[in-house]
Amino acid sequence: MSLFITAGYPDLESTVDLILGFEKNGADLIELGMPFSDPLADGPTIQYASNVAIGNGITMKKIFEIVSELRKSSEIPVILMGYINPVFKYGVESFCEEASNCGVDGLIIPDAPPEESSIIAGAAEKHGLNMIYLVAPNSSDKRMQLVDKLSSGFVYCVSVTGVTGARSGNEVAQSVGKFIERVKSNITKNPTLVGFGIKSHEDAKLIAKDADGFIVGSALIDIIRENYPNKDWKEHVFNFVKKLKFGNL
Amino acid sequence: MSYFEEPQDSRPKTHKKMKYTAPDKKGYFGKYGGKFVPEILIPALEELEEAYNEVQGDPLFQKEYHDLLREYVGRPTKLTYAGRLSKHYGRAKIYLKREDLCHTGAHKINNAIGQLLLARKMGKTRIIAETGAGQHGVATATACAKFGFECVIYMGAEDMERQKLNVDRMELLGAEVRSVESGSKTLKDATNEAIRDWVTNVENTFYIIGSVVGPHPYPMMTRNFHRVIGEETKDQLKHMEGKKPDYLIACVGGGSNAIGFFYPFIEDEDVKMIGIEAAGLGADTDQTAATLTIGTPGILHGSMSYLLHNSEGQIQLAHSISAGLDYPGIGPEHSYLHDSKRVHYYGVTDKQAMDAVKLVSEKEGIIPAIETAHAFAYLETLMPLTQKDEIVVVNCSGRGDKDMKTISEWFKKNPF
Repeated sequence: MSLFITAGYPDLESTVDLILGFEKNGADLIELGMPFSDPLADGPTIQYASNVAIGNGITMKKIFEIVSELRKSSEIPVILMGYINPVFKYGVESFCEEASNCGVDGLIIPDAPPEESSIIAGAAEKHGLNMIYLVAPNSSDKRMQLVDKLSSGFVYCVSVTGVTGARSGNEVAQSVGKFIERVKSNITKNPTLVGFGIKSHEDAKLIAKDADGFIVGSALIDIIRENYPNKDWKEHVFNFVKKLKFGNL
Repeated sequence: MSYFEEPQDSRPKTHKKMKYTAPDKKGYFGKYGGKFVPEILIPALEELEEAYNEVQGDPLFQKEYHDLLREYVGRPTKLTYAGRLSKHYGRAKIYLKREDLCHTGAHKINNAIGQLLLARKMGKTRIIAETGAGQHGVATATACAKFGFECVIYMGAEDMERQKLNVDRMELLGAEVRSVESGSKTLKDATNEAIRDWVTNVENTFYIIGSVVGPHPYPMMTRNFHRVIGEETKDQLKHMEGKKPDYLIACVGGGSNAIGFFYPFIEDEDVKMIGIEAAGLGADTDQTAATLTIGTPGILHGSMSYLLHNSEGQIQLAHSISAGLDYPGIGPEHSYLHDSKRVHYYGVTDKQAMDAVKLVSEKEGIIPAIETAHAFAYLETLMPLTQKDEIVVVNCSGRGDKDMKTISEWFKKNPF
């Protein structure tokens, strides 16, 4: 189970604690979102979290500090996920170097598809960072094979056409079977993780049963948004995470 | 010059004609352009590119497009000698390329019709578009009405307020106008929402982008649907004056009217070309949209180009009194022409533009759009440097009826 959290959301201080709590409650991988002002592949939830984090004063340097701090007590794999412009503005070479130095394991840059991968793939490889590319239901077999070849770490399988968080699990489940079938026959080198539309343990079982894992992002941020800053808000969030992984115990 | 490439031809040359061939196969104008989009859109762009390449050599498609430009849009648009404006400056002769006379009141319809015909050929049934000033929205809604397509227009809430007339026009034409409340509530945010819609409904939906921005092949395709502006200007001026222009001036937001006007002249090295950006309250303030003047390269809405963004790569809010120029990016080809210095770009403030609205209205009986007025405003700087036997052509890209509310309020507050 991979969990997505926007760095600096809901506040700058909580991100490390949240990740440690996610790990303790069953997360196997963390996708740490690098906020961008114009996240055009994201729905309202992640747009909101990104805006809050930018308002909180998140910067690339602070994201690296978060990972460094986390690495003092955890070895959970961390993938930085975000749009290409902040990375480009920071300087692709120094971005990859510093990310690697502080303990980042890989990158997902949705708006740098294989066509444009040369902007970052060389620097990522040089600094030992995995590059994770995406496939979608409208990706051809040939395309899936290309993505498998270019990716390392895993391949991110987008379950439906659309932005993050927009659709319900049931809606996704209806169409996802054939897609996962094609994914399994074309993506052989890398593990496959399915994301988009997974909001519960049941959704995950329905949608990702034939994949190697699943990703939850918007639903997790919605839970934080509902509970923050009430007393015990983190406990509510961690309970949600535990249920995502293990169902109702 | 770096923007010229040698033709791939090994035969002995009697005349060395240099060629402008951008973009390359991957959609790059030098280092600008590309396809920075989520995976879901890659198949859509490939399908689009294939369809577009096909229709370029398809005489039936081209005939239908050019027939519509003639019979429906009203092309060729006139080239008008601006006698009183020329006399006002007392230097070069000023001509106006009258895109304001196009059906719907601006050049945008050239591209909307072209892309709609392409959408129809590709079997798409639903059209979406973003709009800033509303001119592209109106043009798209018009084309959709003409051909019976479902049409959804994304428009920033602030723009809906200042361009109310165009909202009413789009709705009357049968389009659904969706108000965008995120970010600066202007063109950038409308574009984000349109892309989100496209990502979601990619199977049946065609996104008609209104400027020479976005991922390849949009900047090239939109340019080519507007190149008729420059081609007509060249022919008309040759007929009227027997020569080429010395200067071309156009306003630049994303840059579609400018590129359509400039492109046919790029290889004519003696034609000087000037693009005018909206400097808002001034390019030295944070209330500006002067992307090339103060921006740096970055990636937004699918392509690499100059951008207004902060040190963290977060996009900055642009400001211009003109909704059509209120955009923190610019088409990648303009970035390329800027770097290679083939086109020179300057900023004009809100105030300079509004003064030009007044001047052109009174001297020529033409109320220009506020966007267009930015190009006119630069005459104040350029004209004293020109000679009597020279010719300046301004692309009069749109008419100002849509701006009457903004114009009246401005002159109430700032008497001329």
